[in-house]
Amino acid sequence: MNELAAAVPWLGKRNPLAARWLIIILAITAPLVAWQFGKSWVRILDFALLYMLLAMGLNLVVGFAGLLDLGYIAFYAVGAYTFAFLASPHFDVHLPFWTILPLGAGFAAMAGIMLGFPVLRLRGDYLAIVTLGFGEIVRIFMLNLNYPVNITNGPQGINMIDPINLFGWDLSRNLQIGENFSINSLFLYYYFFLLAVAGSIVFVHRLQISRVGRAWAAMRDDELAAKAIGINTRNMKLLAFSLGATFGGLSGCLFGAFQGFVSPESFSLMESIAVLTMVVFGGMGNIAGALVGAFVLALLPEILRDVAVPLQQTLFGHVLLDPEVLRMLLLSLAMILMMLLRPAGLIPARARYSHDHHLSNKLKQEAAK
Amino acid sequence: MKKTVVAFAIMSIGLGAAQAQEVVKLGSAAPLTGTIAHLGKDLENGTRMAVEALNAQGVTIGGKKVKFELIGEDDQADPRTGTTVAQRLVDAGVKGVIGHLNSGTSIPASRIYDQGGIPQISPASTNPKLTQQNFKGVFRTIANDVQQGGALGKFAVKSLGAKKVAIIDDRTAYGQGLADETEKAVKASGAQVVAREFTTDKATDFNAILTKIRATAPDVIFFGGMDAQAGPMLRQMKQLGINAKFLTGDGGCSPEMIKLAGEAMSASTYCSMAGLPLDKMPGGAAFREQYKKRFGGEVQLYAPYAYDAATAIVKAMEKAGSPEPSKYLPELKKINFNGVTGNVAFDDKGDIKEGAVTIYSFKDGNWVPM
Amino acid sequence: MTPRSVVGVMPARLMDPTAAPDWRLVRLGRGIMETLIQQLINGLVIGSVYALIALGYTMVYGILGLINFAHGDVLMVGALVALQTMTFLMGMAPGMSPLVMLSIALLVAIVVCMLLGFTMERLAYRRLRNAPRLAPLITAIGVSFLLQTIAMIIWGRNYHTYPQLISTTPLQPIEGVFITPVQITIIFGSAALMIGLLLLVNRTKIGRAMRATAENHRVASLMGVDTNAVIAFTFVIGAGLAAVAGVMFASNYGIAHYGMGFMPGLKAFTAAVLGGIGNLGGAMLGGLVLGVVESFGAGYIENLTFGFLNSSYQDIFAFLILGLVLIFRPTGLLGERVSDRA
Repeated sequence: MNELAAAVPWLGKRNPLAARWLIIILAITAPLVAWQFGKSWVRILDFALLYMLLAMGLNLVVGFAGLLDLGYIAFYAVGAYTFAFLASPHFDVHLPFWTILPLGAGFAAMAGIMLGFPVLRLRGDYLAIVTLGFGEIVRIFMLNLNYPVNITNGPQGINMIDPINLFGWDLSRNLQIGENFSINSLFLYYYFFLLAVAGSIVFVHRLQISRVGRAWAAMRDDELAAKAIGINTRNMKLLAFSLGATFGGLSGCLFGAFQGFVSPESFSLMESIAVLTMVVFGGMGNIAGALVGAFVLALLPEILRDVAVPLQQTLFGHVLLDPEVLRMLLLSLAMILMMLLRPAGLIPARARYSHDHHLSNKLKQEAAK
Repeated sequence: MKKTVVAFAIMSIGLGAAQAQEVVKLGSAAPLTGTIAHLGKDLENGTRMAVEALNAQGVTIGGKKVKFELIGEDDQADPRTGTTVAQRLVDAGVKGVIGHLNSGTSIPASRIYDQGGIPQISPASTNPKLTQQNFKGVFRTIANDVQQGGALGKFAVKSLGAKKVAIIDDRTAYGQGLADETEKAVKASGAQVVAREFTTDKATDFNAILTKIRATAPDVIFFGGMDAQAGPMLRQMKQLGINAKFLTGDGGCSPEMIKLAGEAMSASTYCSMAGLPLDKMPGGAAFREQYKKRFGGEVQLYAPYAYDAATAIVKAMEKAGSPEPSKYLPELKKINFNGVTGNVAFDDKGDIKEGAVTIYSFKDGNWVPM
Repeated sequence: MTPRSVVGVMPARLMDPTAAPDWRLVRLGRGIMETLIQQLINGLVIGSVYALIALGYTMVYGILGLINFAHGDVLMVGALVALQTMTFLMGMAPGMSPLVMLSIALLVAIVVCMLLGFTMERLAYRRLRNAPRLAPLITAIGVSFLLQTIAMIIWGRNYHTYPQLISTTPLQPIEGVFITPVQITIIFGSAALMIGLLLLVNRTKIGRAMRATAENHRVASLMGVDTNAVIAFTFVIGAGLAAVAGVMFASNYGIAHYGMGFMPGLKAFTAAVLGGIGNLGGAMLGGLVLGVVESFGAGYIENLTFGFLNSSYQDIFAFLILGLVLIFRPTGLLGERVSDRA
């Protein structure tokens, strides 16, 4: 769990224990603070947690196993649509939440293996473009499978999806305690998602220091050498794809239930790129990096939405640029500058689990000669 | 944990307390950025005009003088942003919402408004599904796709005398919905749909599908989509030597379309718009004048419908004697008055009764109602 | 021809003699040859543009191993700068011959894009040459967003009509087959540029330096090649080609927009990988193959799948063909060796 402590800038290095508690306290109190600025901020936090799940899953594939996946959002889509099919008036099926969740994760994992098999031989950027294509193909099928048999309802999307229901406890209703107390549904979702994120952190952390995690690291750093010491790289790659996809599927299910409406436009290539950006921005190959990246990039645009206009008014006296334009401008500049100043991300992965690129590149070049 | 619960309680009580009656907030949500920003702004302007007119007039609700305040939000025509913006409006304590523009945004947002117990009137979303969700407070002041597509299909067959029609859509909720309804109407009117082709809302090259359509020699080609695709599509039709008539819905019924299609526009280019042309609306001429004076530009499309939507909400509040949604919603369902666009009254689903559809053709560099 | 021999007839319709004539029959029955040739032309035109853009991707990748995600947006800048120049010239010298006007606009666009390519390399990419592999990719995505936003500020959000200075009145070389002078110019223009580029890379001194740098940076610099200059040069040439492609693209469709570079950029990148990234001939072949496959795919998929799939699947052909080729030839059509950069 010391991984997490790295997310706290100064304290993390000096007193990891304190840093960890700080994070836990912050995570629990965050929606209470957000509430002061309006419900919509709690909602934004809910989405940020979903992005954290996604970023963690993608980090397994890209950061741990070194497989560049540009079509990751496809698994998110598989999860969301699985939930929509099985808990909405669309097919008039309403299975319980706990039945669908493993199904969604399972289908996504299967999709991950389906993607993994054909691309086993591909490396680096070839892999990137084929996964990108995979993501687009999944989206295009979701968009068009309303003919000849209506499966996905095409561009209209699927509406009226059932909310998350935990053993008869409907998360979309405010929780009434006594007569005057009620806890807003958005808080319920927040803490449920937070639980999912916390569970994933523990799982991913155990995974990283397990045999599998070390095998991935070996494969990422040098595939040939990994093979030579007896690692079954084929299985390891498939495992990475399917586990990463599982996370995508899970968060997809949660997204479908939370939003209540899914349509293909939520799963475009830009979303894949956004999640990848979160992972790289935060720092590839470590959990804290992926989490911080997702958190910062999910919140930044929304904060800019509120700040953009007043800021210009105080600076120039009138609005020079639309908030939307300014938002894009700052976001793109942040991406460029961040990578120029800290190419390994906000929180670089610790050397133990990642190789020093500089050194290995040199070695590789030597080997090539 | 106990402290947390207390904190929740304090906050929910704080927010639940009744607000001051003097200022009533109304919300407007539409895409103010992106490719259809001009239409979104038009929607917001229409609402703003209504609010300013009502404030100038002075409105009394339940014996109290009331001032209206409009909060405009940008939904970027994106479903997820739409829900976030909807939540922001609910947070801000608006008593009614005029919006959104796109059906794909209106539908997910309507759930948030329903949870917040706030009525929503869309002056622009034409997808039939919007009002079929069994939400109590969802209305629209514009004819839906069934009405528009029906008119388009009938026009193609009956007025243009088409026997073979080719249909293209852009795979958006809007384009597909309209194209499907048009296809139904074409078949019902006794003509044949000889080709059903598809493109996307980001495409610029339509040569492949147009070549395929050319082989079926249609009399009319219908496109369900926006002007940015319809313009180049019409050009490419001419370049491929297709002389079929071109018909499109309200997405292509803009001055922008005339610009983008250039010389390819001809007298055999038609488009439809839900609603009456502004000049034929009962209060159209006066509305145009006022709009120009206030915003310094021409009415694009949705401003009069947004104006009527805002007026409907306020009239319902006056009748109920309360700006609280739960009180005025029953009055809104029964509302019946003469607005800018004509008689405003809703059926039991929330669709406008007697939604009109007008077909335009291209003449002397302009869209002219037929 | 018996109806049975036609691909894609729904059998149920044939059983019922009273049913309306199936339009799938009609479609293949009329002008099969004309349609076939027309689809080939459609594919070649768009394929030539893809090829030209793909060259820029492949050159940069060959030398740096970097996916320059912003390449498609350079195309957009090229098209819009040329548009601005033409609008300016039309205002200044209304009587100017269209061809001269186009040449000037093209020249300005090329110069601006070359400067842009140079700046991009110098400011955004050079520092990242030894960074972890994904960092430059993220920077490139950032540059892409930045270019789009700046273009949005300068040229607004609306679509622009693009002056078509070369005629778009269709010619009929064969009865029933149409091609416009713009399209002819695009096919031959890009072919000429590609030949020029091949000559540059294979026959000149700077070309040799480029090849050496692509082979091995450090050895090349030890042999006295100024690798920094060579890399900058590569970016500049790629950007210049993108400018030309942008003007071609916009002139052909008569439309320009700040987001217009994304889709062709993506397709061209696919084409470059299809042909074997890093290989110039491969990029050209990949572009043309992709264009033709897309065109035929959209035109005939419905008949090939018995009406189950239709042209709404047009955009998946690029990726399907790519997947298939890479499964059997993991380095693309003309790729030589696996470049292990993972």
